[in-house]
Amino acid sequence: MALATLTNYMTPTGREEPWRFTPLNRLAGLHDPQVSLRDRISLEPLDIPVGVSVTIEDAEAFPSLSETSDQIVIRVREGASKLLLLTIESNAEIREPIFLKREVLDLSPEVSRVQINAGANSHAIIVIENSGEGVFAEEIEFNLASGANIKFITLQEWSSRAVHVARHHAIVARDASFTSFVITVGGSLVRILPTVEYTGPGSTAELFGLYFATDGQHLEHRVHIDHDVPGAKSRVNYKGALNGDSARTVWIGDVFIKAAAQGTDTYELNRNLLLSHGARADSVPNLEIETGDIVGAGHASTTGRFDDEQLFYLMSRGIPAEQARRLVIRGFFSEIVSKLNLESIEVRIMERIDNELAEVIA
Amino acid sequence: MSTLEIKGLHVSVVTEEGAKEILRGVDLTINSGETHAIMGPNGSGKSTLAYSIAGHPKYTITSGSVTLDGADVLDMTVDERAKAGLFLAMQYPVEVPGVSVSNFLRTAVTAIRGEAPKVRTWVGEVKEAMSQLSMDPAFSERNVNEGFSGGEKKRHEILQMELLKPKIAILDETDSGLDVDALRIVSEGVNRVKTNQDLGIMLITHYTRILRYIKPDFVHVFAGGRIVEEGGPELATKLEENGYAEYVTA
Ligand SMILES: Nc1ncnc2c1ncn2[C@@H]1O[C@H](COP(=O)(O)OP(=O)(O)O)[C@@H](O)[C@H]1O
Ligand SMILES: [Mg+2]
Repeated sequence: MALATLTNYMTPTGREEPWRFTPLNRLAGLHDPQVSLRDRISLEPLDIPVGVSVTIEDAEAFPSLSETSDQIVIRVREGASKLLLLTIESNAEIREPIFLKREVLDLSPEVSRVQINAGANSHAIIVIENSGEGVFAEEIEFNLASGANIKFITLQEWSSRAVHVARHHAIVARDASFTSFVITVGGSLVRILPTVEYTGPGSTAELFGLYFATDGQHLEHRVHIDHDVPGAKSRVNYKGALNGDSARTVWIGDVFIKAAAQGTDTYELNRNLLLSHGARADSVPNLEIETGDIVGAGHASTTGRFDDEQLFYLMSRGIPAEQARRLVIRGFFSEIVSKLNLESIEVRIMERIDNELAEVIA
Repeated sequence: MSTLEIKGLHVSVVTEEGAKEILRGVDLTINSGETHAIMGPNGSGKSTLAYSIAGHPKYTITSGSVTLDGADVLDMTVDERAKAGLFLAMQYPVEVPGVSVSNFLRTAVTAIRGEAPKVRTWVGEVKEAMSQLSMDPAFSERNVNEGFSGGEKKRHEILQMELLKPKIAILDETDSGLDVDALRIVSEGVNRVKTNQDLGIMLITHYTRILRYIKPDFVHVFAGGRIVEEGGPELATKLEENGYAEYVTA
């Protein structure tokens, strides 16, 4: 089986549409079949509340739940012999967030496969904290049964050499609700694919993101939402700031409304704030609509420079320039951060942003 | 007792056709407790004067001086000017998305006073200042100037003045866009600060309406980037009757 897939495997060249923004030479070989990937599970749960189980399973017993054409995700599926399975019982109301930590301290490439099953009408908050300096490719599949309500927060607080390529795919059933926060502030190259499919009406996905790139960082987020059942809703709001002349970010927002998806309600938004002249933010919203019978569909994308009038206004009230800049940037991100509703993480993210700013000013 | 002294002030802005001179020699001295009305037609340079004193980077001072109690204001950064005791209530206050009024006020007051206000007294201080300006307490959780009506923006400017306690305040068309009730509330706020803190005021306005509520000691007619006539309150009455026509053609 491995051989068959490998012959189908097309090494990305960088000319393919999904790869044209990504600097392949900085992927540390994650995309290259010549480079072998370590098969290990580095994700560790902290406390596991009642109603939740976390187990390591044979990957073959848990086939993938969704389709992908992403070459690196295909390598993850091929390369992972084990899988981390997180199961939330039906009707479980888990109040405390479930924390999973990954602290990688070496740069040999590895793969990681995760499945998260949320039972019918279960409620939970799942937080994944990534730090250290790993090179790894991961796939997380979320399977939300009807009425499940999952909030997923993934923090990329990598140090400056890390490479992280991931697909976070949610399958959202009838009346279920999936909310994700993808917070990327560290890493040399981060490329995350938050993707969603729906299997029943009344389902909702809200995808939020925050990224802050400084010199030498390439942070890429490729949202993809397939509306092919009636009556589902999606909201996307990603905000990014770039500081430093070689800072790069990419945001892609693909939303497809298929002919069967009557009553779809979707809106996607991406805003980028350029804090230095050489920084470059690519932002490509893409909405394809095959039925006119929808509630609403829209998108907006803006990329702008820091507003000096705001700085002047704050300074004219005695606030020093640096503090005024921090205030404006915190303000820019607060729309996303305040929705986390987890104070310790909110504080940590805002402090990290302050530090990212201070580094460049200094 | 403080003195703001403006001498021979020339200011230009950069335009596509090169530098354009807007202020052409402004001389004006404002002492604590005095209210100076600056009245002039649109485009005469009133806001340019206000912004230049506050230090907006768009304006280039080509000659002249501005001092506050002898200290060179033009040599100070924008925040230093505020700390020295200058305050500008803007004609068009700026929106700062994601920054709440309460966070903004606390940050500004901490910067000006040099230490964070005591939590307990501070909450009361803000509450009282807001209620005196007939502002809903919920206001403090809104983002700075975002979605504020014209009147709310102006009240918010005066609220800041009340809390920051400047020595000299420049009010740039604080009356514009206010209905009669709001004008009265805002004017009462200005008069309160003036009495309590012996504030010196530069009251920039196009209309005489606000002068019924805030009584000027001096009236200066501003046209073509300079002061063209000066007098007492009676000059405002004359302007109300005759308008600015004679100054603009002159
Ligand atoms: N950036 C600019 N480029 C060209 N002209 C400007 C610029 N900024 C201001 N001005 C001009 O300066 C003059 C004075 O403007 P302003 O100070 O706003 O007047 P006032 O407040 O008295 O209405 C106006 O004629 C205005 O058009
Ligand atoms: Mg003006």
